Amino acid sequence: MKMELIQPFINAADAVLSQGLQGTTKVGNLTMEEDAYRRKGVAGMIALTGDIEGRIVLDLEPQTAVRVASHYAGAELPESDALIKETIFELANQVVGNAISALNDQGFHFRVHPPLLLTAQEGDKTSEDTEALMICFETPMGSVFMNVALRYNRRRLADHAAVGA
Amino acid sequence: MEQFAPVKRSKDGQPVRYLIVDDSVFARKNLARMIETFGGQVAAEAGDGLTAISEFDRTHPDIVLMDITMPQMEGIEAAERIVQQHPEARIVMVSSVGYQENIVAALQRGARHFVQKPVKPEVLYEVIKYVLGEDGAVTAAAGAGA
Repeated sequence: MKMELIQPFINAADAVLSQGLQGTTKVGNLTMEEDAYRRKGVAGMIALTGDIEGRIVLDLEPQTAVRVASHYAGAELPESDALIKETIFELANQVVGNAISALNDQGFHFRVHPPLLLTAQEGDKTSEDTEALMICFETPMGSVFMNVALRYNRRRLADHAAVGA
Repeated sequence: MEQFAPVKRSKDGQPVRYLIVDDSVFARKNLARMIETFGGQVAAEAGDGLTAISEFDRTHPDIVLMDITMPQMEGIEAAERIVQQHPEARIVMVSSVGYQENIVAALQRGARHFVQKPVKPEVLYEVIKYVLGEDGAVTAAAGAGA
């Protein structure tokens, strides 16, 4: 997976989290994941299709998710509150939206699918051409994990090349 | 959250009334809290473009804050339909998807402005003052010295 695809998502997550949580965000560990994705807590997944396809997962440990959602809500929320899931979904939407805005301006076109809550402990195994990168963001409210698995859609890129030829 | 000098309607000094359209409850709540800090009032909320059209007809808000990606009917189409029926409608698109094509499409189809998420309150405040123009008036904040 090329870094030019990943960097807009890292930049977007850094900006969205820093602004929303009103504190410094540090990009921590980056690890490649070849095994199936293991959920850490409240995890929202957004699928992308188009010139680049794959998915982004934003995943927060349960206590971190409660702290983050309570911060945005301006009130202490119980762990069961539906607004916690909504908060993670909206954060994922903002990260993906900002990242694809940058990529779109470079000529890539996408369709962004609505966020889905990951409920299984373990997700799909990544394929050899869709390696996943796990990035940990250290925020004042705890660690936020972003798992990015993207690949170029070769057929779409070939179509573009043919049109441009 | 930071407080801003209230923006009122020039014609009657009443709070500016907003229709908030977003499929995310979180985003609607967040915008509603910002609007309160601007001295505004939420006239109605909608979670999709179709409901936005009917809520506009019902409440005639001063400003619509409209997301783009939504189920049933997307925000740009809803904005276009509202403006066709109500050319005076002031619609501000509020979306995380802020690429040029989207912004241009929204403006060509009747939106007055575009604000990218995550929304900075100070940016939205300035956009609202700009979009209201002479129909909005900034009043002295409560408790501020004369």
